[in-house]
Amino acid sequence: MSLDRRGFFKLAGLIAAGTAGATALPAIDQGHQAGPEPVPSHALHGKRWAMVVDLAVCRQHPGCHACIDACNTAHNIPQIPDPRHEIKWIWEEPFDNAFPSKKTPFIKPELAAGPVLLLCNHCDNPPCVRVCPTQATWKREDGVVMMDWHRCIGCRYCMAACPYGSRSFNWVDPRPYITHINPDFPTRERGVVEKCDLCQERLAIGKPPLCVEACPYQALTFGDLADEHAPVRKLLDERISIRRKPSLGTEPQVYYLV
Amino acid sequence: MLEKALSGNRTYWIWILFLALVMLTGGLCYLKQLETGLGITGMSRDVSWGFYIAQFTFLVGVAASAVMVVLPYYLHNFKVFARMTILGELLAVSAVSMCLLFIVVDLGQPQRMLNILFHPTPHSILFWDMIVLNGYLLINVIITRVTLLAERRGEAPPRWIKPVIYLSIPWAVSIHTVTAFILCGLAARPYWLTALMAPRFLASAFASGPALLILLCLILRRVSTYDVGLEAIFKLAEIVTYAMAINIFFILVELFTPLYSRVPDELEHFRYLFTGLAGHARLVPWMWTSAGLSVLSLVLLISPRTRRKVTTLVAACVLGIAGIWIEKGLIMIVAGFIPNPLGHITEYSPTIPELLISAGVYAVGLFLITILYKIAIGVREEMEG
Repeated sequence: MSLDRRGFFKLAGLIAAGTAGATALPAIDQGHQAGPEPVPSHALHGKRWAMVVDLAVCRQHPGCHACIDACNTAHNIPQIPDPRHEIKWIWEEPFDNAFPSKKTPFIKPELAAGPVLLLCNHCDNPPCVRVCPTQATWKREDGVVMMDWHRCIGCRYCMAACPYGSRSFNWVDPRPYITHINPDFPTRERGVVEKCDLCQERLAIGKPPLCVEACPYQALTFGDLADEHAPVRKLLDERISIRRKPSLGTEPQVYYLV
Repeated sequence: MLEKALSGNRTYWIWILFLALVMLTGGLCYLKQLETGLGITGMSRDVSWGFYIAQFTFLVGVAASAVMVVLPYYLHNFKVFARMTILGELLAVSAVSMCLLFIVVDLGQPQRMLNILFHPTPHSILFWDMIVLNGYLLINVIITRVTLLAERRGEAPPRWIKPVIYLSIPWAVSIHTVTAFILCGLAARPYWLTALMAPRFLASAFASGPALLILLCLILRRVSTYDVGLEAIFKLAEIVTYAMAINIFFILVELFTPLYSRVPDELEHFRYLFTGLAGHARLVPWMWTSAGLSVLSLVLLISPRTRRKVTTLVAACVLGIAGIWIEKGLIMIVAGFIPNPLGHITEYSPTIPELLISAGVYAVGLFLITILYKIAIGVREEMEG
């Protein structure tokens, strides 16, 4: 085979490009791992995670923000003074705002006055997941509605679709508004949506969500609804519970004991 | 054919320079937005879509409206529209380009935009909107290019273009239907949750788009030798009249349900728009202005005496476009977020940078329409001259 100068360079170039491509391939492959992440043996396993909030307990301790503070600190939630740009994972609302369809003029005054803890409902039928054009938000098999801050394009369709106002968008760079950065949890950048992820990082190491652990009065109970002996099931069997906007068919998995 | 856009008189170049300046200003503001984030706009946690998405919604209508000239001309062989059809198709190219730009400037992470292609998600309406909008742009670029090239060679357009043209008709309907589906499939937003959304969008589109085309044709009569003919303009005005009447009918139908049923979730949005809610009334004057302009436009359009007179027809078109633009480009999107799902009211106004970026996108659209019309008219003049 005769090879002139020009042909030689062509061939050499092709070989070089091929080698570079081959070495780059494993890296690309890793980035696209589709299967479930390996779950450590000590992780909490559940078929349908749910949360039960006992509003009666919260009412007995007005001004207690232990769960909110713990969440904000652990998850690097910025404290942005402008309410238009706020980031909220777990927060308080008056009863009428949390349950607009349950409005009644003669409700127990302490019920109306008492705060209601709000967070992502980790719906069984999440509208945010349905509308997301990049699958940056998705529902895990155990019911946790997850969020990939590195895939989100910031179109905010999920915010329009969420009937609970549980999603926040980083309108500005959040980092200057975090007083104490927790190095064990990622901070976010401007232009992406975020929300409560039910402390999936803690579930993975066998711990319940932080808000549950942080409550000094056990107002929050976390567990697997598929397990009939779970404390969440016991509470829901014994007490009257309500959910936010059940008529929309989203099947929220945060239950409130009134 | 591009060389036709490179020669023009003084006015032409002043106009191009003006557009370039507006584009430059918008571009600089956009750089600022990229740097600081979308917090530079008036949008908020509660009103998470605003002016950008509203302009997108309005312009999808303008793009779709090309079908109102394409359909009579190609399907019914309505020769009166012969000189107008290409202008409608090129208007669609410009409008749909602006639509895509408005989506891009609204993204928090525009550099990740291609994730929509890398992770195709058929259960997201936005995925389908991406497909129909880009498809519509492609279809119209192909149609206009092929027909103009053929015209320039003095030949009939190739036969294969006919099916593409026929395809563009339902495709035009699809772009506005899918855009309506983005909004009207959300249980969280009672104001948008109405099956009438897509028909309403189409009616307002078929009124505002052709009205804009009438104005463009009249401007062309002034600034060039290209005349589509008054007969074509008056015929299109009839189409605008029907569409405007149906649009107003749809709005009234839409109003009846919440006003009579009195379901609070839905009614509150209308109360916010027409009377104000809990002392918040920023959109009330706009809502009434929009209603008034639309009705006034219809009055001028219905009477043949005012419709078939250029001065009053221009007034009717301007009023109609303004009324529909306020309704779609200011009110429709924002009102869905007020009150929010928790019953809180956060009002919204666009900021100066937000308006300048939007102006920049509109300047891109006007720039496109200017050079595209210049080319098309240049080709036709060459053939006729």
